[in-house]
Amino acid sequence: MSLPTQSSGLFTEQVSEDKLVVSIGPQHPGAGHFRFTIRVEGDTITECIPDPGYVHRGGEKQTEYRTYIQSIPMIERSSLLDVTNITLPYCMAAEELMGIQVPPRAQYLRMIMSENQRIISHLYWLGIQGIFLGHSTMFMWPLGDRDIFIDLGQMIGGARITYSYCVPGGVRNDMPPNFKDRAMKVFEYFESRLKDYERIFFRSPLFEKRTRGVGVLSRSDAISLGVAGQVLRASGVKSDTRIDEPYCFYKDISFEVPVYDDGDTWARCMVHLEEMRQSMSIIRQCLEKMPQGQIKVKLSPQQRAQAGEAYCRTEAARGAMAFHIISDGSTKPYRTKWSVPSFRNLIALPKLLVGSHVADMPAIYWSLDYWPVEADR
Amino acid sequence: MVAQELESQQQQQQPPKKGSASLHSHEGPGLNILVGKAREVIQQAIVDPVTYLANWGRLYSLWPVHLETACCSIEWGAVSGPRFDAERYGILEAFGSLRQCDLVVVHGTVTRKMAPRLRFIYDQMPEPKWVIAMGACSISGGVYFDSYNVLPGVDQVIPVDVYVPGCPPRPEELIDAFILLQDKIRNSNIKKTS
Amino acid sequence: MSSGSSPELPKAEKGIIDAIGKLGEKAKLIYAKPNRIKFSVQRDDLVEVARFIRDELHFDHATNVTGTDFPKDGQLEITYHLGSHDGGEELRRIILAISCRIPSNDPKLPTLVNEYPSVLYHERETAEMIGCVFEGHPNLGRLLLPEDWTDIPPMLKAFRLPGRLEGE
Repeated sequence: MSLPTQSSGLFTEQVSEDKLVVSIGPQHPGAGHFRFTIRVEGDTITECIPDPGYVHRGGEKQTEYRTYIQSIPMIERSSLLDVTNITLPYCMAAEELMGIQVPPRAQYLRMIMSENQRIISHLYWLGIQGIFLGHSTMFMWPLGDRDIFIDLGQMIGGARITYSYCVPGGVRNDMPPNFKDRAMKVFEYFESRLKDYERIFFRSPLFEKRTRGVGVLSRSDAISLGVAGQVLRASGVKSDTRIDEPYCFYKDISFEVPVYDDGDTWARCMVHLEEMRQSMSIIRQCLEKMPQGQIKVKLSPQQRAQAGEAYCRTEAARGAMAFHIISDGSTKPYRTKWSVPSFRNLIALPKLLVGSHVADMPAIYWSLDYWPVEADR
Repeated sequence: MVAQELESQQQQQQPPKKGSASLHSHEGPGLNILVGKAREVIQQAIVDPVTYLANWGRLYSLWPVHLETACCSIEWGAVSGPRFDAERYGILEAFGSLRQCDLVVVHGTVTRKMAPRLRFIYDQMPEPKWVIAMGACSISGGVYFDSYNVLPGVDQVIPVDVYVPGCPPRPEELIDAFILLQDKIRNSNIKKTS
Repeated sequence: MSSGSSPELPKAEKGIIDAIGKLGEKAKLIYAKPNRIKFSVQRDDLVEVARFIRDELHFDHATNVTGTDFPKDGQLEITYHLGSHDGGEELRRIILAISCRIPSNDPKLPTLVNEYPSVLYHERETAEMIGCVFEGHPNLGRLLLPEDWTDIPPMLKAFRLPGRLEGE
């Protein structure tokens, strides 16, 4: 395979005396594999051109060559922080095309894993946001606590991160009997930890100074730009697929959707914090309500789907995740299109960066929870 | 578990210079032995300790460049986190300049768009430098073996010292790779420069 | 593709179908099931229908744009998935899809960026993945593919993955 030639624009160039074009990435002290070019006038960003695609691996094309079940591990890798939430809409779309009803216990297990994954993803986000704001403790604490939730997921899924847990027809493993006790202990511990987080980070004057009023996205902009997830909810739009269009058994669960009207970086961070609390409450309720029974409908590995299309969406850790599958009635999808929240949120980055200071750039960038691997697919 | 290309540790015997060989030949074997002994003494007295010191210095200050190429980077985050804590082994992420770095950990897939950048970053780093290919994608393409945009292995772009299989590798495996790399550095020859 | 509406369609979906029915021939119903409705429009009517859906039906953002290649028909299908945040409780659960079939040998389509700013990157991605041109789009440059991509657009069916034989 031939390599592309070196492209220009990798360097900082001086346009005039007080104007600079700065290329940031793909190697930079944040989450890498993403590059954007900013035009700087003094200390103010006047233009931002995102350049994604460093992790574009062509997963959508590859699904056309794989049967429905073979695609799952590959789809999962597109969002390794959020594996259950990205395979769930795919499985739901495949099930809709195959005409399968998933057993209730499997639905509850999917919810438990999704919410656990949401906490894992948010903790990773929090760690990086901490280091972006120069708060090393807030890198170490969440990453340490994240491992506890990974252990919890490992009890059900069997692997550390990549369980390939959801499959068309149900889930792969049942819950071990001691899971509930362990989960309760973890939640009890983590709830006290969240108070510590709030005390040292979220309520600290340093954090407020760095994030309040920084990168404000207005409500009308948030709607017209079509952003998803925390970015949307921090701008005062109460939108959550779990409430708008309840899948699994979310309609039987009571939980709150945190909404802030500020639209700034601070609000986006607070939405993340609140969501972790809600996820724990959801898992608690699921463990109470979970029925006994089957966890899987047995399917042939060469299961055929009916011709037609399905568009299924779920609320992933970063926002609404949707899969559009077009089937021609064979064992492989004719076309899959993944509508991922990170890609939808990318449009907000130039909008927020223009007019803000260079020093605020890391805080704004990571408050969008932009995960390039997921966005590029 | 981890394939490792150990360099040949044998010192290449320097061929004796032509002039000196003819000079010594008529003086008998005695002087030859003396020169050989002297070389051994120099080797043991100067070169070996210097090599040891230099390698020891490099060993516990491996600074990886912060280049995340794909999804394995979250396990890298776990390795830097408190549970696995790579800092114990002297692996500390350098957030500063590439010029301070001497280790590239390729976190997974390298796409055709990333490959020239990866080479560009590798070229900017000062010698000596080492590369760890982390994850199945960076070894052979992994689940993306038939993708149109993924390199079938990062060793097409930069030379690799240690391969860590796994998708993604567990943090313990990555730590094991660090120890293997440190073994390699400990046994490497200081005189070798590329 | 499956067509026809199921009998137990909720009220909100029926209202949308009736409202779009006023456009007459311009929008043809492909399928309607709970929460999902798909209409097919002609290329020349796309902007008008999109404007109608935005102003009258309150679908205020796009969540996805899919480009699909149908080599047997010699056509490309571009599908916009539209959602609503401000249209009330009932509309939030509905995703309205409008699709447009264009001939493969003349892959041109008016852009919807002015009607729906949220399609900016979606359209750009679709353009490079399927090779259609969105006329009036501010920037259709490379987004995800490498800068020196010289092959045909990868999501076309004629593009085969390296190492994969026909039909494998």
